[in-house]
Amino acid sequence: MIKHVTAMLLLAVIGGIFFTLYSGYAPDTELNTTASYYAENTAKDLGATNIVTAIIVTYRGLDTLGEVTVLFLAAAVVGLVLANSKVADANAHNRAPVGELLATGSRALVPLILLLGAYVFVNGHLTPGGGFQGGAIVASAMLLLLLANPVRRFSHRLIAVIESFSGLTYVLLGIAGLFWAGGFLDNRILPTGELGALFSAGAIPLIYSLIGLKVGAEFSSILSNLSETEEL
Amino acid sequence: MIVQIALATGFVLILIGFYGALTNRNLFRMIIAFTVANTGVHLVLVAVGYMDGRTAPILDAAVPVAEAASRIIDPVPQALVLTAIVIGLGITALMLAFAYKLYEKRQTLDISKFTELKW
Repeated sequence: MIKHVTAMLLLAVIGGIFFTLYSGYAPDTELNTTASYYAENTAKDLGATNIVTAIIVTYRGLDTLGEVTVLFLAAAVVGLVLANSKVADANAHNRAPVGELLATGSRALVPLILLLGAYVFVNGHLTPGGGFQGGAIVASAMLLLLLANPVRRFSHRLIAVIESFSGLTYVLLGIAGLFWAGGFLDNRILPTGELGALFSAGAIPLIYSLIGLKVGAEFSSILSNLSETEEL
Repeated sequence: MIVQIALATGFVLILIGFYGALTNRNLFRMIIAFTVANTGVHLVLVAVGYMDGRTAPILDAAVPVAEAASRIIDPVPQALVLTAIVIGLGITALMLAFAYKLYEKRQTLDISKFTELKW
């Protein structure tokens, strides 16, 4: 009881802070200096039409590299924590076989979902979307397979290879920017091309596709690690 | 107006999440409560970058390059939230893995049964 009262008091204090913030909030009418710099110079300097992508992949590219590293660490720790668990034996429970409709339906949908994921991360510099969103869509295809058939197993080796390859190439592309362009992760190692074309914005589509593959592989490894735990 | 609605919803979601995390004793419920609070934070951040009468920060026929600075909303919070969503997912996966491990050891998800670090 006393715990609930303390919790409510704490919530009241936080709610009070939020209310002050809320009632004193006046939306900006002009972009601040940073945002207007990005708005004015993205097309001219980098050739990307999606400004959010330009910020994530190039202007703040180092942060994104760090973010991908954090995600990798999270996936690795999930694998490490669950590694000593007894792995569920695929035949341990006499499950009813997966129905024909479910099996065929999921197999028909997975290639389409993978295609959508690839479309989203390849077009990251032109449309809303990008590597993180596309990677999540790719992993959702894996989730569909797991939901349709919970004892399905993915190749951890393949996931690890895709992840290491894309991570390594991402860093190498970043280093190439040091030599042939303005700095680490500069996208102008390739020609910026015509604004709005698929092959434009220098290395952004390439880097974002690699991020998409890496994020997809990391999410898939988290999913398969969690699904391979034994039912308790 | 829409900014106020989004801000208020975000703050309320954060409060709901905190309430759930503070009052529930079940680890899974606490994890779900944290994801609710997480969503609230994202909503607040995106709402702060919104401006009335402007459009998404993507240059196209509707947003010519020359007028971009007066037509688009702030792209920086959106980039921040994209990052936050991904990290949030990683954290949720980690919490779930730890909760699984704790259940495996103790056969319970009740947090009041874990007393080693309590004083």
